[in-house]
Amino acid sequence: MAATDIDVKYVAHLARIGLTPDEEATMSARLAGILGYIEKLKELDVTGVEPTAHAVPMVNVLRPDVVRPSLPHEAALANAPAQANGLFLVPKIVE
Amino acid sequence: MPNALSLNQLSISELTGRLARREISAREITQACLDQIARVDGTVHAFISHDPADALAQADAADRDLAAGVTIAQKPLLGIPIAIKDVLAVKDHPLNCGSKILGKFVSPYDATVIEKMRAAGAVIFGRLNMDEFAMGSSTETSAFGITRNPWDPARIPGGSSGGSAAAVAADEAIATLGTDTGGSIRQPAALCGCVGLKPTYGRVSRYGLTAFASSLDQIGPFTKNIADSARLLGVISGLDPRDSTSVDVPVPDYVAALDGNIRGLKLGVPKEYLIGGLDPEVKASVDAAIQQYLALGAEIVDISLPHTDYAVATYYIVATAEASANLARFDGIRYGQRVDGADPLELYTRTRGAGFGAEVKRRIILGTYVLSSGYYDAYYLRAQKVRTLIRNDFLAAFKQVDAIITPTTPTAAFKIGEKSGDPLQMYLSDIFTISCNLAGISGISLPCGFTTNPKLPIGLQLLGQPFGEATLLKLAHAYEQSTPWHREKPGTLA
Repeated sequence: MAATDIDVKYVAHLARIGLTPDEEATMSARLAGILGYIEKLKELDVTGVEPTAHAVPMVNVLRPDVVRPSLPHEAALANAPAQANGLFLVPKIVE
Repeated sequence: MPNALSLNQLSISELTGRLARREISAREITQACLDQIARVDGTVHAFISHDPADALAQADAADRDLAAGVTIAQKPLLGIPIAIKDVLAVKDHPLNCGSKILGKFVSPYDATVIEKMRAAGAVIFGRLNMDEFAMGSSTETSAFGITRNPWDPARIPGGSSGGSAAAVAADEAIATLGTDTGGSIRQPAALCGCVGLKPTYGRVSRYGLTAFASSLDQIGPFTKNIADSARLLGVISGLDPRDSTSVDVPVPDYVAALDGNIRGLKLGVPKEYLIGGLDPEVKASVDAAIQQYLALGAEIVDISLPHTDYAVATYYIVATAEASANLARFDGIRYGQRVDGADPLELYTRTRGAGFGAEVKRRIILGTYVLSSGYYDAYYLRAQKVRTLIRNDFLAAFKQVDAIITPTTPTAAFKIGEKSGDPLQMYLSDIFTISCNLAGISGISLPCGFTTNPKLPIGLQLLGQPFGEATLLKLAHAYEQSTPWHREKPGTLA
């Protein structure tokens, strides 16, 4: 696959980002340049190399399973763009 | 004895000394910073906002502590005004991450670093400008306007923590906090002529930091000198049960490590950092710093970090992939701006289309692409493997040397608008700082000279072993104390 075939409209849909036609055109051109540059990673032989997800390898960091104070209800709702009856208000999901 | 410098120009250690002797009050220090903001921030625009009354109330509380006999040993930042990058949560203060999408968001809690600084007596104030969601190297992607370099207002301060660096350089705050994902502390510190420290990944809790790339982000201090950096790092470091990636390594006394004795320490000079785009004046300053280290008794060793040339490409896969996941939370449901739609999908798409700026959209879309079906192995998994090779380069080097010495940036501050139209050129300006985050090691930038025409600061970068901050600070301090650079101030700002 050529690096430049990024289908910006489709990937923007996956990312839930609305783009204007102008933004789509600029984005395609800019991303083609960046993806072309990123291709250089293919020069390297990575056979047998383990991937690094985190620089400090730590697994299963646990804490005691006890109840702790959490954000009060009102504080959690304080920044909501729309709320009703102590809940976040969202568009209708189920008919 | 009257000091020639005004209070806002002094360091933490000078101010806490004078506070302890009751020569000055905490209110006078905070007022001096507020006055300086009123004088120069119309030009510099380091601050998105600040609340003078709230800052003065905290300063008064510090004065009451001092009157009650609280000592600097008990509260090492007592009465010191410290300003905060707009990506860290401060209870009841706005938080926007330099973006429109958060609207009128007000933090419901303090980040762990803020809690720790409050406990140490600091006056926490202001929201410092930054590239939107820390994505940028010039602070030009902020939704709140650009920040200007105090040494030349026609130039960028660096980024993403441009406000944090400019505020310290312009003496608007005694110290500031920033964050570093690919150089966002060290690069602006270099371009503004102050000290910026990126701690080892896991050294400082990220709780209350709005995540950009979770495996790379670290919080760190901007200060006027190395002793202040050591003091601030000591306050903000340590294991935090609220951040499972913070590491249980004891926090040493970083200030005590500054004993000036660097005889026999080995500094590595990586041959891969002599790239084509390196400015001759930057190179000359770094070469002179290497000579200075020899004179101070350090040993210089030639080393190789063979995968350096792949770091920028690796970073722009790993960081954007993580960002695409982290920034999914900005969907207009629980906080921030909302643009309504007929169904949730339309609401998300409109909200995010209207709320994010061009660079953030570009990085989320790139990150989504490299993680998407059919491309994951070719891009993301390969980048994670190259990340291993980059980390191994550093771990091998640290078997030979105590720290690595490089320029922080290939050039001094560039002009506003010079690179904003070309994202790839902007990304390549991070070439010397980016590997440090991928490898998870520690790094610091400190002043090492100036270009001649115009006069702009040049930064020296030291890279240290994981949890090697004490050695890094010791090395930086010995150099600083034997050179004049950290005492220089920018000319009068209009």
